[in-house]
Amino acid sequence: MLQLNQIYKVFNQGTPDEKLALKSLELTLAKGEFVTVIGSNGAGKSTLMNMISGKLTPDAGAVIIDGKDVSPVDENVRSKMIGRVFQDPMAGTAPHMTIEENMAIAYGRTHKRGLRFGVTKSRRSYYKETLETLHLGLENRMNAKVGMLSGGERQALSLLMATFTNPKILLLDEHTAALDPSRAELVTNLTKEIVSQNNLTTLMVTHNMQQALDLGTSLIMMDKGQIIFEARGEEKKKLTVEKLLHEFQRIKGEKMLNDRAVLI
Amino acid sequence: MPTAIFSSFESGLIYAIMALGVYLTFRILDFPDLTVDGSFVTGAAVTAIMLVNGYSPLISTGAALLAGFAAGSITGLLHTKGKINPLLSGILMMIALYSINLRIMGKSNIPLFSESTIITSVKDFWVKTGLDSFLNKGMEVIGLGNSTPSTWAIIFIMLVISLAIKFALSLFLKTEIGLAIRATGDNQAMVKSFSTNTDNMKVLGLAVSNALVAFSGSLIAQYNGFSDIGMGIGMIVIGLASVIIGEAIFGAKTIARATLAVIGGAIVYRLVVALALQVQFLQTGDVKLITAAIVIGALIIPQLKDKQKEKSMKKKRLKELQIQQTLVKGAKEVATAKSDI
Repeated sequence: MLQLNQIYKVFNQGTPDEKLALKSLELTLAKGEFVTVIGSNGAGKSTLMNMISGKLTPDAGAVIIDGKDVSPVDENVRSKMIGRVFQDPMAGTAPHMTIEENMAIAYGRTHKRGLRFGVTKSRRSYYKETLETLHLGLENRMNAKVGMLSGGERQALSLLMATFTNPKILLLDEHTAALDPSRAELVTNLTKEIVSQNNLTTLMVTHNMQQALDLGTSLIMMDKGQIIFEARGEEKKKLTVEKLLHEFQRIKGEKMLNDRAVLI
Repeated sequence: MPTAIFSSFESGLIYAIMALGVYLTFRILDFPDLTVDGSFVTGAAVTAIMLVNGYSPLISTGAALLAGFAAGSITGLLHTKGKINPLLSGILMMIALYSINLRIMGKSNIPLFSESTIITSVKDFWVKTGLDSFLNKGMEVIGLGNSTPSTWAIIFIMLVISLAIKFALSLFLKTEIGLAIRATGDNQAMVKSFSTNTDNMKVLGLAVSNALVAFSGSLIAQYNGFSDIGMGIGMIVIGLASVIIGEAIFGAKTIARATLAVIGGAIVYRLVVALALQVQFLQTGDVKLITAAIVIGALIIPQLKDKQKEKSMKKKRLKELQIQQTLVKGAKEVATAKSDI
């Protein structure tokens, strides 16, 4: 479903701040695969997400979604195929608009926008049904401004808005990081439910190793713009946090040795 | 004095259309668009030159709308495609329009006294209906017999037009495209991730806004009987004044409410200026200063009010707390006294 071919991305090229953000990155996701992405700050996780969403374009390489090379396609066109939830609960919704209006905007992702009303009687009941699946009572507050909702509610709504039109790819960018533990758990459970129900091809960035292990069918670890470790299927199920840390140290150590070899 | 009030209502209703345009950019798109100072005159200029050259009032007014639409689109393109800061793209367009407006008119002032305009046609039509004498009789009945206007036509027709635009605008903002425009002003990253071309939305919003502004300028030219190169100076501030005053007085909870408030604000603004000019000390040239004072007042007074409210709330809380504490203290004393026994 998603294929990244030899992606390179350099920031601030030709300046002292030059940084190789992605280095010959290769990644293939099958339909329905749910990959969790871990890695330290600056490893290139966010760059990877922005590369897929179209916010950034690769210097070299191709992003292929559903067999089609979308590298030259603009973000707003590409997002017809991509649902995205950001880390900041404020980022995924329009605060001064009502819940049903936000739902209408999300609905417009896959339907061409025209001069019809965004919220009609039949659509309102559809939005309501969809909101009911969150079990947060939002379906009774359809006319409330989204800015009045709590962070957890907003993030749950963002998740629903990103997914209820069945995107080909779902990108989750540390979407539980800004929430308190109980709200984070709620959103995590919703994520699990929604992804498996709709069989969504998903890429989730997280800093929480336990969450990376609990969720998803595959796991990748990134460092310095490369994928340094991959575990899929059974192999991933057997992983623990200790093993993961150990693996990280081992690979880093090897790398350091290599670097030293180059220096000597 | 009564005539001043009536003409405030008349011009307030015409300027309300401009204020609705400003509301669309300033509040909905969150884009402080200074094109307004130029596009207002563009509307007046286009209509004036076409009327003088014998075009029908309806076509001349329609052309003004289109000219405003084009001007707004260019501002939008400067900002979205040229990546120029919003304020600056508006200023650039405003200054460019000054020369363009002079070119359109060919001179700095076009009088329209002998031309038939939308305003004169409405007046002529109104006379045939004979509604004036009926309404004036009504005024006499409630004891205002000597404060009747020369005609009710303008107030009536402008009320109809500005309300029609208000309803059209608030309906438009509920359509799928309208919602996308609102979301573009509210959270651009979000609406982009839902496959909206935010650039197009901004251009469209600015175009519609300036079409309304130019329409208002065209009507003002026909109402005043001339088009002048300087008639747009400070127009953006008047628009903002109307929006801010309206929202402060009438509220802005929903789009329908806010758009109505903007019309109310435009009328209130005209009334305040008319009243201020009754003061002996102030002259016509002081209008801009009065405008600035009104806007500053409308921005600061609500803040002071909120602070006052907060203060009195705090005082109340403190009092309640003190009463509670003395009660608890009293209860404790009683308790110790009892245990002594």
